[in-house]
Amino acid sequence: MFLRQVWTIAAKDLHSELRTKEAWNASIAFTIVILLLFSFAFDPSSEQIREFSGGLLWMTYAFAGALVLNRSFARELQNDCLDALIASPVSSAALFTGKAFANFALLFAVEAVSLPVFVLFYNVPLGPAQFGPMLLVMVLGTWALTVIGTLFSALTVNLRLRELMLPTLVYPMMIPALISAMTITTNVLASNPAGFGLRFLVGFDIIFTMLALVFVDTVLVG
Amino acid sequence: MREKIIIGLAAFSGALLAWNMNTIFTALPDELNQGAIYRIIYFHVPANILGMLGFGLGMLLSIGYLVTKDLRYDALAASVTEVSLVFASIGLATGSIWARIIWGVWWAWDYRLTSWLVCWLIFGGYLMLRRAIDEPNQRARFAAVISVLGSVNAYISYMSIKWWTTQHPQPVLTIRDGGGMAPGMEAPIYWNLLALACFSAILVMVRTRQEAIANEIDTLRRMAHAQ
Repeated sequence: MFLRQVWTIAAKDLHSELRTKEAWNASIAFTIVILLLFSFAFDPSSEQIREFSGGLLWMTYAFAGALVLNRSFARELQNDCLDALIASPVSSAALFTGKAFANFALLFAVEAVSLPVFVLFYNVPLGPAQFGPMLLVMVLGTWALTVIGTLFSALTVNLRLRELMLPTLVYPMMIPALISAMTITTNVLASNPAGFGLRFLVGFDIIFTMLALVFVDTVLVG
Repeated sequence: MREKIIIGLAAFSGALLAWNMNTIFTALPDELNQGAIYRIIYFHVPANILGMLGFGLGMLLSIGYLVTKDLRYDALAASVTEVSLVFASIGLATGSIWARIIWGVWWAWDYRLTSWLVCWLIFGGYLMLRRAIDEPNQRARFAAVISVLGSVNAYISYMSIKWWTTQHPQPVLTIRDGGGMAPGMEAPIYWNLLALACFSAILVMVRTRQEAIANEIDTLRRMAHAQ
């Protein structure tokens, strides 16, 4: 029952996104602009690029994520859809999980498109050997961004300063996950072992998923 | 009664601070490697301990609010978090001054410093969020959620010097498997912690009273508008 509700919410969100492509177009365009802008900040052909490639990639993802996640609950404000969703016989946890899955799928798709662009522009060594570990860190890191972002999207949706409050609250909260995702990515691209960061990221994902599920009812219903 | 407690605490912490200053600046010798600047530890460590414990206490009070829905818990949580943020700022500032002398730079991006700055930003966001919401129950609910999530980061910051190799010194206090200080040099840290804890209790009491009055004014204003 729970899983069916989750699936219904996730499918609804993905359907409406596929029809309008609002968040998708904006975040893809934004990602490419950011990758372009980074090239002016330093010399993209230098050897140093390997040392901060992880950082660049995850900063791009975090910015793109904010665009996707900001829309997640805000799009339900029109025609009082959010009130209808809360009043429907779907639990807050199912609503949150459904939305988180939809956001995850969307953000992961944006990342999957921008990764080849990044590899191409910055001459990053991403071979078949790095592909598996890279996929793992992308799944774990994206889930961390998604679960925090979705919860804060729900929290800030009714605030009068929504556009200001969401980034102010959400980025500091994401930083520990971003740091470990960045270091793991840099390690993977340099063919080094992932290290402590991987365990940290898994722990972070588990703890924040639990906390989000516990608190989502408090945030949405009260 | 409340005023008497505040005056008593103020007298006690003032006297204790004066006595501590005397010990720290006249009785204790300079440290062998660092010279005179090491004395900043007597403020840096207690301020950060109070900041960290305060964020934890704020989390417990926030959970108290979520369980009981009693706004007094929320007022207390807000006061404790605000005072803790002041002590965290003192901790960051004193650490930065020490780093300038010992490391030659004002700031280093190691895990301890970064994670503590992240905490500072999160709880700064907590206070900003409180200002952005007018409805008291909604404000209390949302603030409580941020407080609990932020405390996870406070714990990460606490453990960061164990989990990663940091430029920040390893624990020196014996209560946290350190024990790297000469005899007689460690005790003033605890005395200063006590003095600053009393001082922060005064701040929290004043701030909670202010919060309670603000709530009362808010209720009266709503009643006046409803007439």
